[in-house]
Amino acid sequence: MKTSELSSTGFYDAIVIGGGVMGCSTALHLAQGGMRVALIDRGPLCREASGVNAGTLTMHMTRAALIPYAMRSWQMWMDAEKWLGKGVLATHVPGLTLAFTETECELVELRAKARREYGAPIEVISPQRAREIEPGLHPGLLKAGYCEIDGFASAYLTGRAFHHALLGANVTVLENAPVHAIDTGDAGHRIQFTVAGQRQIMTARRVVLAGGVWIENMLAWLGVNIPIKVLINQLIVTERIRPVMRSVLSVANGLLSLKQFANGTVLIGGGWQGDGDREHGGREARPQNLIGNMRLASYAVPALAEARIARIWLGLEAETADAMPIIGDVPGIPDAFVVGSAHSGYTSGPFMGRIIAQHILGLTPDLPLFDPARLVGLPIPSV
Amino acid sequence: MNDSQRNIVDLLVIGAGPAGVAAAIAAQECGLTVLLVDENPQAGGQVYKALPTGFTRSRGSSVSKEARLGDQLRESLIRTEIDCCFGHKVWNVGSSLRVDLLGPQGVSTWQPRALLVATGTTERVVPFTGWTTPGVIGLAAATLLLKSQNILPGRRTVVAGAGPLLLAVANAILKAGGEVTALVDLASRGEWLRTLPSLVGRPVLMWDGLSWQARLRWAGVPIYYRHGVRSVTQLGSGGLCVRVGQVDDRGMPLQGVEIDIEADTLAVGHGLVPSTDISRLLRARHKYVPQQGGWIAESDEGGRTSVPGLYVAGDGASIAGAAAAGLQGKLVALACAVDLGFVKEDQIKREKSELQSQWHKSARFGKAMAGLMAMRSGAVAGIEPDTIVCRCEDVTRAEIDAAAREGARDINQLKAWTRCGMGPCQGRTCGDVAGSLLAQHVGARQDVGYFTGRAPLRPISLAEVAGEYTYADIPIPKAAPL
Repeated sequence: MKTSELSSTGFYDAIVIGGGVMGCSTALHLAQGGMRVALIDRGPLCREASGVNAGTLTMHMTRAALIPYAMRSWQMWMDAEKWLGKGVLATHVPGLTLAFTETECELVELRAKARREYGAPIEVISPQRAREIEPGLHPGLLKAGYCEIDGFASAYLTGRAFHHALLGANVTVLENAPVHAIDTGDAGHRIQFTVAGQRQIMTARRVVLAGGVWIENMLAWLGVNIPIKVLINQLIVTERIRPVMRSVLSVANGLLSLKQFANGTVLIGGGWQGDGDREHGGREARPQNLIGNMRLASYAVPALAEARIARIWLGLEAETADAMPIIGDVPGIPDAFVVGSAHSGYTSGPFMGRIIAQHILGLTPDLPLFDPARLVGLPIPSV
Repeated sequence: MNDSQRNIVDLLVIGAGPAGVAAAIAAQECGLTVLLVDENPQAGGQVYKALPTGFTRSRGSSVSKEARLGDQLRESLIRTEIDCCFGHKVWNVGSSLRVDLLGPQGVSTWQPRALLVATGTTERVVPFTGWTTPGVIGLAAATLLLKSQNILPGRRTVVAGAGPLLLAVANAILKAGGEVTALVDLASRGEWLRTLPSLVGRPVLMWDGLSWQARLRWAGVPIYYRHGVRSVTQLGSGGLCVRVGQVDDRGMPLQGVEIDIEADTLAVGHGLVPSTDISRLLRARHKYVPQQGGWIAESDEGGRTSVPGLYVAGDGASIAGAAAAGLQGKLVALACAVDLGFVKEDQIKREKSELQSQWHKSARFGKAMAGLMAMRSGAVAGIEPDTIVCRCEDVTRAEIDAAAREGARDINQLKAWTRCGMGPCQGRTCGDVAGSLLAQHVGARQDVGYFTGRAPLRPISLAEVAGEYTYADIPIPKAAPL
C-alpha cells in the first residue's frame, strides 16, 4: 500500500487517538478551547467499554480517591443534553450497597467511611430504611450503604451523543481507522493509520492517547512501558419486566450493579469475569460466573427471578498497577499526553477528559492529574 | 456444571430437520457418538413438522407428501437409537463448542468434539404500513398452522409476498376448505417461468406446481403478479383492508391504481433467512449472498466453517430446499467423520461423489426458489417513514434513516443508536431489513455487516440459570480495590 499525506486536513493542533468517553471528552474540550482537533478510532465511537458498560453512575463502586472526580463527572452526565446537545438518558436515583453477612456489614462501614472522607454523602442505614427506599430488597438484608447521588445512563447512546457534539464543535472524526504508529520529531507527531483500505498520515503538534485497555499498546508506539491489566466484565440485560426496583444496587464487595431502566429492562453487572484478552476483546462469558452473577442479582431483588435474559455481552475494563487512572504527560515525550485506564471510567470519563484538556490548553486543571510517570515499568500485582 | 458433569459426545447436532436428522444418522453409521438436539417435541423441523404431541391422523384422512416424508424421517431416526434431546433449547454455545441446554429438567451442558448447526431459517417480512396489525401472519407461520395443526389462518385470507410458499399456502388453504381472497406476488409470471429449467428431472415437483396453479384457477383466485401489499388497516367489522399495488422488478411500489381487498387474514412473507445465530456467536466468518438467503457462514463442501470443529448444513447454511438439505446433512456428517478420524477420505470417496451429484440436482430447484425469495431492494426502499421496522423496540424507518444521516455506518452502531434489534428476538426479525435500509445510505450491504451474535440464543429466565441456592452457594469473588 502506498503512503500518502492527507491533503488539506493534514495538520492539527491535537490528535486524540481513541474515541471512547475519555478521548471524546478530551477532543471536545480541546476544540472548545480553540484548538483544531482530530479524533481517530479503529472502530466506531464509544463501541468498546464506553458503549457497552453498565452505565452505572455511582459513588459506591468508584475508588475512594476518585470520588471528587466522579461527583463532578456525575453532574456532567446529568447535564449531558446541555453540553453534548444529546443525552444518554442519565437518570438520578439513590444508590444502595447491600450487606447480607456480618463480614459484609463491616465492609459496608469501611467502604462508606473511606468514601465519606473524599466527599461522597454515603451513610450506613438500617434494613428498614433501605426497604423504604427499595421495597423489593431481600428480607435477609442486614445493613446498607446509602448515597443520594447515584444513577445510571444508557451507555449505548454515548457514541451517538458524542458524535453529534464533536461534529458540532468542528472536530474531525475518523472512525474505523486503525492507527499503526506514531513518529515523533521536530515537526510534531506523524500518525500513521489506515482508513477504507488506504494507508494515510496525519500530523499534529500534540497527541493524546485515550485507548482504555489499549493504552499499553499505544504507549509502546512511543517506547514507553506501562503495564495495564485487562478485566473482562460480563453484562446481562433482561427483557422488559414490570417495575421491580427504583434505585441502583450494589453489594458490599462491589461486585454487583443492578438497575432497572425506564423501558423495564434490568441490567445486571458488577465485574464478574468472562474470557477474552486485549487482542481479541471479550470472547465469551464463563457459565460459572453467569450463574454466580444471576444468583447474586436475584438474591438481592427476589422478583428478578422471573425475568428472562435478553442478552449477555462482555466489556473490557482497564486496571493499572495502583488501580488509579493515567492522566497526564507521557514520560519523556514532549507534547504527548495520555488519559484513561480508570476503574469505573465511564462515571468519571467526561470530567477526566475535561481536566487533561485544561492541562493541554495551559490552564490549571479543576482537580489534580494522575502522573503516568509513577507507573512506568511497574508490573501489575499478581492476583 | 463442572467438568465431571459434562456430557461428552463426538458430534452434537443442533436442529432435527432434514439436514440434522440425515447428518445424525450418517455420523452414527460411521461410528460417531451423536446427540441430536431440537427445541421442538419431535424431529422434522419446520418443513416436516410433526403433529402436536399426542395427536394422530384420523384413519382415511389424506396424507400430504410432506407429512409422509416427515413420518419416514422420524421412523428412520427411531430405528437408530441416536440420543435425542427434544424439547431442549440451546441457549448458549461456548468457543470450545460447549453447548448449554435448557430442558424440562433445567439446564445441562454438553461438550462435543464437533458441532453441526442445522437450524434452518427464519421468515423475512419486509415491513409495510400496518404489518403489525392483528390478523397479519407470516407465510411460514401459516404453513405450520395448516401443516401441523390443520388450522386455517382465517376464513378469507390474502396470501402475499414472494417465493414458493405463496403457492403452497394458497393451496393448503383451499384444500382445507378456506377461501383465498387474492394471491399477491412480487414476482412476475416471467420470473416463475424462468425457474422452469430447474425442474427438469424433477417431474414430481413439476406436477405439484402445475396442479397448484390449476387448483387456484379452478377456485377462481385472483392472482396479482408484480404487486405488493401497500398497507393493511383494520376495519370496524374486525376484518382487514389489504391495499395492494403494482411494483417494479426490484419490488419498488409504482404509481398507479391501488386495489383494496377485504379479508380477515393476511398471510405474508418475503422469503427465508438462514439462521446464523450460532455461527455468529462463535465468530465464524460470514459472507453476504442474497441468492442464498443473505448472510451465511463461509463453509466448504463438507460444511466446515472458519471455526475448527463447527459445521453447518441445510437451509441454515445456504437455502437450497429440504431435499438438498438432507443430502448435504449426509455429506457434512461424512466430512466430520473424516475429520475426527472415524473413516478415511478414500473409504467414502464413492459415496461422497454420489451424494454430491444428487445434491446438485436437488439444490438446483431449491436455489431457483431461493432466488425468487431473495431480498428485493426496491421493496425495502419503498417502506414508508413511519412504518415500524424493529417490532420488539418500535423503531421506525424514519429513525433508522435519521441515525444513518447522523453518521451510523454499521448495523451494530445502528443498534446502539436506535435500539433496533435490541429486543427479545435479538434482531432475527428486523436485522435483514434494517441492514438493507442502512446500506441504502452507506453503500454496499456487506459493509453494513450483521448483528453480533449474543447469548442467550433463546430467552432463559434468571431462575432457570440460577437454580436452587442459598447465599452461601454464591461464589462471591474477593472485594474490588477500595
